[in-house]
Amino acid sequence: MENKDTSRRDFLATALLAGVAAGCGPKKNPFDDYAGNDVKASGEMVKLLSVNGDIIEIDKAFLKPVPDLPPVSNDEARRGIAGKKFVMVIDLSRCKNVKACQKACNHMHQVHPGQNWIKVLEMQDAEQTAPYWEPTTCMHCDEPPCVKVCPVDATFKRQDGIVLIDSDRCIGCRFCMAACPYSARVFNWEDPGLPTEVADQDYSCESSMPQKKGTVGKCDFCPDMTRTGELPHCVSACPNGVFMFGDMNQDTVTNGAETFRFSELIKEKSGYRLMEDLGTKPSVYYLPPVNRNFPFESGLENQIADDKIKHSK
Amino acid sequence: MENIKHLTSEQITQDLFPRKFGKLGMLWTGILLLVAALGLYAYYRQLRYGLIVTNMRDYVSWGIYISNFVFFVAISLVGSLITAVFRLTKVEWSTPLTRIAEIIAVSAIVFASLIIVIDMGRPERFMNLALHGRIQSPIMWDVIVICTYFFISILLLYFPLLPDLQIMLKYKEKSSNALNKLYRFQGSFWKGTPEQFKISDRAINILCILIVPVAFSIHTVTSWLFATTYRPGWDSTNFGAYFISGAFLVGSGAVVVAMYVFRKAYQLENYITEKHFEKMGRVVVLLALLYLYFNINEYLVPAFKMKKAEEVHLMGLFSGEFAPLFWTAIMIGMIIPIFVLIFKSGRKPLPMFIVGCMVVLGAWFKRYLIVTPTLLHPFLPMQDVPASYHHYFPSWEEWAIAGGSMAGVLLVITFFVRIYPIIPIHETIEENEKHTQNQD
Repeated sequence: MENKDTSRRDFLATALLAGVAAGCGPKKNPFDDYAGNDVKASGEMVKLLSVNGDIIEIDKAFLKPVPDLPPVSNDEARRGIAGKKFVMVIDLSRCKNVKACQKACNHMHQVHPGQNWIKVLEMQDAEQTAPYWEPTTCMHCDEPPCVKVCPVDATFKRQDGIVLIDSDRCIGCRFCMAACPYSARVFNWEDPGLPTEVADQDYSCESSMPQKKGTVGKCDFCPDMTRTGELPHCVSACPNGVFMFGDMNQDTVTNGAETFRFSELIKEKSGYRLMEDLGTKPSVYYLPPVNRNFPFESGLENQIADDKIKHSK
Repeated sequence: MENIKHLTSEQITQDLFPRKFGKLGMLWTGILLLVAALGLYAYYRQLRYGLIVTNMRDYVSWGIYISNFVFFVAISLVGSLITAVFRLTKVEWSTPLTRIAEIIAVSAIVFASLIIVIDMGRPERFMNLALHGRIQSPIMWDVIVICTYFFISILLLYFPLLPDLQIMLKYKEKSSNALNKLYRFQGSFWKGTPEQFKISDRAINILCILIVPVAFSIHTVTSWLFATTYRPGWDSTNFGAYFISGAFLVGSGAVVVAMYVFRKAYQLENYITEKHFEKMGRVVVLLALLYLYFNINEYLVPAFKMKKAEEVHLMGLFSGEFAPLFWTAIMIGMIIPIFVLIFKSGRKPLPMFIVGCMVVLGAWFKRYLIVTPTLLHPFLPMQDVPASYHHYFPSWEEWAIAGGSMAGVLLVITFFVRIYPIIPIHETIEENEKHTQNQD
């Protein structure tokens, strides 16, 4: 191995990027073509976290360290990405309560069973008004009430608009949970019970992983993904293109399949934000549930199926 | 004062000197220690398994720890009322009650701080408040003012104690060696010279003036922990005054209870007289009326409008799941005390004691009702969470820890009474002499 002091972090990063494919040859660039043919299995197996968030077991010989993946320092994670202003648009006319967003999010962030960072709420504003499905994430407010009340700067607002939590600093006072009008925050009431491979990772506020007992967690807009130019997990997981994510400075949002001008989309479809009157200025916009792709009732089936699974558990 | 006119200084010293626990005292202390030990064991379990041992969850993220905290901060405010406000306004009858009020204040504020640490998910990171503290956060304000209040209260307890320490050192044979050593350590520099009295009097006056704004701050800031959020039931501009009036009420109730207990336990009928109960009764009824006024403001005005979010919350209190507790707290915390204490016969020691207990109990439930129901009525519906997240009833660990903290407060007071005279000896003698001279 070229890099003698490969830390555990780099080691995991290796698996993330190079995965099983990368060989152990003396080549300089790990992204060069397959070099696995001339490598013999050593018989020594290691458990790793795959890009899909699964724990996989791999022969050590097939791993190769990746030299150029600078870990984001805590300072950098707190500052955010310069020149960006992340924004999300949630199109309520497309949601049928599939909850693929929730499943992907829970899986990728190892959210404690029973808790959710993304919720899909069954909403009905008044007796005579139409019911609809409303996915809620952290609103990443521009005037975040949670950040205002945090006594130790453990939850903070970055220059790219993302509100994050530093679980290495959080004292667990839960004032932020009381302050958040969107009930976006969850608490790790007990040890998260993560597999050692996950729990032993170095903590990063950008991946919100691994979560820690006695600290607060919430939707983080997946800054670890956006840093590499990828979409948050909920956006790519949604089969109906409900979530659109992008950069307000570039005025574009995308759900992976379609890309829109953010300003035009909001204008055309009368986008709005939740609880505008509170002055929190969320970064999540909603498009009203008109001209729906699915009738509301089609989501009820998922709700019932979902409840059944919960009950059988 | 007429009640102590026939007493000699020796008699007063004799009567007020701290005494060893009797059988009842031993039993009382034993029970308190047991309750405190159970609380410690529950806290050990909480440290080990996490806050999961409580029944707090993502919606009800603050439970009886926080309501207990508010209760303790409230009760500690009475120190500033009876020591400082009464002293500054030259209310002379309050002399025998000052130390009772001050020790209640000190022990309650200590346990208020402890229970906040107990509520933290990461108590070992407490120092982050110093390392990464953000002055914008109301929690930081609370930390600052509570520390300030604690130190002023300790000094207000200590300075008036100095002449008494001198008296106790004069009667060395009455106390054990260890206690004499403690008295010497704390008060041997006090010679009782006129210069020392002058300095001490000035210091106490300065502290009395200082403690009033600090006392108002601790409870106002505590109310702001709630009022600075958007939640129905907390989002109120009335909260500071509402909390402070309630705090003076519960503190005075606690002083009345303590007066009755000490009077009975140590036969202090000559010092804590019926007149003191009569006067405290008037104080309590005034404070109960004041608190009632703020309660009407707090509930009637939003109830008149019935905004959607407030409606769910208020109906839960008025006629929903919290109604029995709510109306009980209003009745025993305000209405019944007012009706008992406006009558002269209601301001006798025994009815006062019962009313005092009711006020304190009612106040505890009131704090619970301020904290919890609001959290069960968030703006967005409670969905996508386990069923247990929809309700809150404290777990045995929470009860044990809350009970343990209560026992802790009482233990501090109990041991204080064992070591120091609970009624200031020196001041009592002085007033007695002054009074005798006036009569002659």
